Amino acid sequence: MNQLTRWFSRNLVRIYACVGFAYLFLPIIYTFAFSFNNSTKSNLVWVGFTWNNWRNPCGAPDICNALGNSLKIGVLATFLATILGTLMAFAMGRYAFKGRPIINILIFLPMATPEIVMGASLLTMFISFGFNPGFWTIVIAHVMFCISFVVVTVKARIASLDPRLEQAAMDLYANERETFRRVTLPLVAPGIAAAALLAFSLSFDDFVITNFNSGDVNTFPKFVYISAQRGLPPQANVIGSSMFLIALIIVLLGQFVGRRRAGVR
Amino acid sequence: MVGASFSVHGDLTLTNLTKNFGEFVAVNDLNLVIPEGSFFALLGPSGCGKTTTLRMVAGLEESSSGSIAIGTADITYEKPYRRPVNTVFQNYALFPHLSIYENVAFGLRRRGVKDVDAQVQKALELVELTHLAARKPNQLSGGQQQRIALARAIVNRPALLLLDEPLGALDLKLRRAMQIELKWIQTEVGITFVHVTHDQEEAMTMADTIAVMNEGEIEQMGSPADLYDNPRTSFVANFLGQSNLIMGSIIGGSGREKVVDIFGSKIALPVSRNHAHDSSVLLGIRPEKIRIAAAGSSMYGNILQGGVVSDASYIGVSTQYQVEMPWGQELMVFEQNDDGTPPLAKGDPVVISWEPIFTFGLPGDQDAGAGSEANPDSE
Repeated sequence: MNQLTRWFSRNLVRIYACVGFAYLFLPIIYTFAFSFNNSTKSNLVWVGFTWNNWRNPCGAPDICNALGNSLKIGVLATFLATILGTLMAFAMGRYAFKGRPIINILIFLPMATPEIVMGASLLTMFISFGFNPGFWTIVIAHVMFCISFVVVTVKARIASLDPRLEQAAMDLYANERETFRRVTLPLVAPGIAAAALLAFSLSFDDFVITNFNSGDVNTFPKFVYISAQRGLPPQANVIGSSMFLIALIIVLLGQFVGRRRAGVR
Repeated sequence: MVGASFSVHGDLTLTNLTKNFGEFVAVNDLNLVIPEGSFFALLGPSGCGKTTTLRMVAGLEESSSGSIAIGTADITYEKPYRRPVNTVFQNYALFPHLSIYENVAFGLRRRGVKDVDAQVQKALELVELTHLAARKPNQLSGGQQQRIALARAIVNRPALLLLDEPLGALDLKLRRAMQIELKWIQTEVGITFVHVTHDQEEAMTMADTIAVMNEGEIEQMGSPADLYDNPRTSFVANFLGQSNLIMGSIIGGSGREKVVDIFGSKIALPVSRNHAHDSSVLLGIRPEKIRIAAAGSSMYGNILQGGVVSDASYIGVSTQYQVEMPWGQELMVFEQNDDGTPPLAKGDPVVISWEPIFTFGLPGDQDAGAGSEANPDSE
């Protein structure tokens, strides 16, 4: 008994870590495993192993159309939100102007508003403006809710920037434009990249707002939601797993490049 | 701009330079000429306006009024990147995303200089860090970063190099080594160095000329020896080293020496070191200039009788005494441990004396404590 207690207390941190990781990764492992399930109708019960789903990820009707739309919308929304958000972040992080404190609060509103409310009101707004819900209304909606996240992320990076670095650049004969290009932008870039990744994942993932404002345009989350009622095709797991793997590879590559740059060889 | 050197050069002249931050006057009507090629130190406690002055010269702060000129060129309103001036920042401000090589090359590239590589190599050789060219700043030690910051600035051969507390972040040993190296580099490159510091020892070690600043104004300017031996204000007397300041009044004397009465004793004061406006004088003497002996010993020069040792601390090279005088004031006396006699003990009655030429006189209306709280040495 005593020995068991001692073993337990000595390994408590390890046990805790295992439980924690299991909690985080079991759903992902489950998704990954079931992408190999040889199911036809519903992907809830394990039938048998197959490569077929991975060989033919577009096998389920409309899935790749939905995925294509999601990617297009994601890239467009990310691009626009990142540019607009970064400009706003510079304005708010760098310049003192009238009403800045209020804008600092207002920028949090889209993040704090429940999505369901925002989605419904957006639809009302689009209709009263005479817009037909479709591809572009989704893009507009996504840019809208991504901007706040971009502003907050980039602004944090700008705030942590030592103003003396820009002064040093000016002191070393770089004019305003060159200082921005050679010093400010490269130093803020990691923040902008993080903001863009965040914006893309928010856009790609969004169901609630999209569902209100998409008309008959299908997106991947919409596809998953609708087909889940009849039985989700294993191809959805294939695409989900691929997204996860791609993200993982990007992160690992980033780490590798970062280490190479830091000179840890 | 072609080539590595600038057409603008000459003395740095500050005329009626003033900087206000709202109500606060950071720099007050400063007039200063810094000769070309000199190593000049702006010395003062924090908040005295020395860094603000430096930033105005660099163009990073706009002056409220007055002008800044190098030689005959007025640069008061010139953009920082159009001034032949480079700065070594307090925490170096190396670009973290660029290699050491690119940091040093930064200024040359912006000016479109042709032989960037040769000049960068030369600058790195000067600071002996050629082997670190490929590294990033965060892989370097503080001392190495400091030298890169210096190389990054002098590679441009500016008319003027500004150093803003460049050694503040280094430990004592490294700071000493860098002081000698900086002085050597300055002699080597012949550029005017303007060095801002609150460390009087640093300023005295390196600078040809020191301007002591206090509350936005220059208290006194001169060579280190001149400032130390012949201070004009109590602030300078206390901020540079330590001083005993005793109230007295001038009661006579000849053309070369004044006679000062302090609590009944007659003290000789050289006229060349007397800065009092009238007969009221704050008599100054440095602690290490004073001789001390048991009461009754024969003494010569300026003599003060009736002291009692109130504290004695043996610190190796010297013994530091606090001597309480009959009028209640405590005087500091640093006695070299070089004559084999045992140190005096607390409570011993003593007589003190010094050579008259070491005496200096300050205006009697000045605060005897000014500058001592700002001087880290006197704590």
